[in-house]
Amino acid sequence: MSDEAPATGVEGERPLDVPYRERERSVTLERMPAPGAPVYGTAVEPETELFTINMGPHHPATHGVLRLLLTLEGEVVRSITPIIGYVHTGIEKSCEDQQYWKVIPFVERMDYLSYYFNAQVFCMAVERMLDEEVPPRAQYLRVIHMELGRIASHLFWLGTSALDLGAISMLWYALRDREKILDLFEMSGGQRLHTRYIQVGGVIEDLPPGFDRKCREFLAEMPSRIDQYEAILNRNEILLQRLRNVGEVPLDTLLGLGVTGPLLRAAGHPWDLRKAMPYSSYDHFDFKVPIGTRGDHYDRYRVRMAEMRESVKIVEQALDGLPEGPYITDNRKVALPPRHELATSMEALIHHFKLVTEGFRVPPGETYAAIESPRGELGCFVLADGSAKPARVHMRDPSFVNLQSLRHMAEGRLIADLIAGIAMLDPILGGIDR
Amino acid sequence: MTRQRIDGGGDLRIRQLRARQMLRGELEGADLEQYLQERVGLTTLERAQNWARANAPWPLTFGLACCAIEMISVVGSPRMDAARFGAEVFRASPRQADMIILSGRVSVKMAPIIRRIYDQMLEPKWVISMGACASSAGMFNNYAVVQGADKFMPVDVYIPGCPPRPEALMYGIIKLQNKIKGQPDLGWRERYRAEGTEEQGTELA
Repeated sequence: MSDEAPATGVEGERPLDVPYRERERSVTLERMPAPGAPVYGTAVEPETELFTINMGPHHPATHGVLRLLLTLEGEVVRSITPIIGYVHTGIEKSCEDQQYWKVIPFVERMDYLSYYFNAQVFCMAVERMLDEEVPPRAQYLRVIHMELGRIASHLFWLGTSALDLGAISMLWYALRDREKILDLFEMSGGQRLHTRYIQVGGVIEDLPPGFDRKCREFLAEMPSRIDQYEAILNRNEILLQRLRNVGEVPLDTLLGLGVTGPLLRAAGHPWDLRKAMPYSSYDHFDFKVPIGTRGDHYDRYRVRMAEMRESVKIVEQALDGLPEGPYITDNRKVALPPRHELATSMEALIHHFKLVTEGFRVPPGETYAAIESPRGELGCFVLADGSAKPARVHMRDPSFVNLQSLRHMAEGRLIADLIAGIAMLDPILGGIDR
Repeated sequence: MTRQRIDGGGDLRIRQLRARQMLRGELEGADLEQYLQERVGLTTLERAQNWARANAPWPLTFGLACCAIEMISVVGSPRMDAARFGAEVFRASPRQADMIILSGRVSVKMAPIIRRIYDQMLEPKWVISMGACASSAGMFNNYAVVQGADKFMPVDVYIPGCPPRPEALMYGIIKLQNKIKGQPDLGWRERYRAEGTEEQGTELA
């Protein structure tokens, strides 16, 4: 660095030492060096000059409104400082003002690609505090929808990530199949996104007629679709050069950061909460946990593709072995009575009225429930004070935790590798900021 | 702008003679009027311009939250092909975009950035507020969300839904196209009588 280096405020080794406001100010035009004729002997070599660049929050490759402050040396990324909070919605605070059953739509909108998982983990926490048993059929129905949701989420990841890496046609292919899943969601829940299908104590409705046939049609063709995608991508020279041996993070670092999900499994650690701590009768199904060997971007890509195949198997098994019985608990203190009872039973009417106006009360206590979302361990902490509204709802969102590994993936590498790193990280900013 | 034959067909020979007279400059009065109406589509330059603009509203690549997923479905899924309406070319640079689709909740932290991106877009420009959050904050009545994006920028079309279906977004784009076709005032300050709101100190030296 020369003596006349621009005072960017973040150069050097440790940009986090600079106060936040100064970091924000450093990316304005005023702080840039004035253009002028270079003086011989004082010009800085392009390779040695540090350059601070602001990437985001409006950037097509950041999968949302993620903002990254990058310090570049030539084209090599020297430091990455993620700045988040651009879709901070105050959902956790809003949840404290809602009755338990009205919190579900709020938590669904946190990570907007895994809405079934958000609802499931919140309902699991509440059911644990209520000591409420979920009927087996409801558990299977939840599994069907969560695994379909996992396929949909991974398909969206595949389309947008391949788009970032330059394969635009993957977006059309992946979204074509995703539309079929959304059609299934629309059949069962009435909406494409944020279906509010999973309720405390079960699910809102049984499967509609025709769902089974349509779902099986989809499951029958999905493996061949994945074959087609892999035929396009697996041996694509551009993709291999962008992904293979890029962004390796040692397993110890990942474990130290608390990274979970496909990122951890790609590094060879078979940690999957569906196997490790089975919930919602996941132990009834026969499926494998795909893991990688090296932990580079290519392994992350392969692990997610393999997970889609396993999810197809789980949904097939769940459809085959769907138990008979109620789809929601018959505890009238928690779940709404069936519609037809309202006309005949005074008691049902009272229960309905009490639930809709006041909601159900949860005994005081706190609990933490965790499930395996498409991005890793999705946890929900609920603190109950005995009223009909939660005192605190907090989500441990996997995207937020996994984002820390971006620095280990991309520092010391080219900017193009950073784009691939964000794509393979699969962060959802709605979940990070909440 | 529709062309129609007034004489109801007629003989080819008569029309040829009339065209020859026209070229010689011998056609006058009612005959000349009729000849023109039969053969020339008349419009104003502004209307032709609006027609062209309405059929190529390039959106900005700008996703905020859940609605962005459905926005990508509009271009990405083969079922709704936004290219039918000329709105499929998502531009990453605000300088190249004609409209911005506010797809999701607008947080307090994001609002100045959206405004800045909007100011960087070149006139004429349009705004679609997609979904309940961008239109009125929807269910998020709290400290973090701007209660409707129209508090800090002009919005042309509101699309209800949480999130709206892709079809709803297509309908909103078509509504916007109709608005562009019939709207003579292209600058948003003229459109919304907002003269005097220009930012100070940002003029080019």
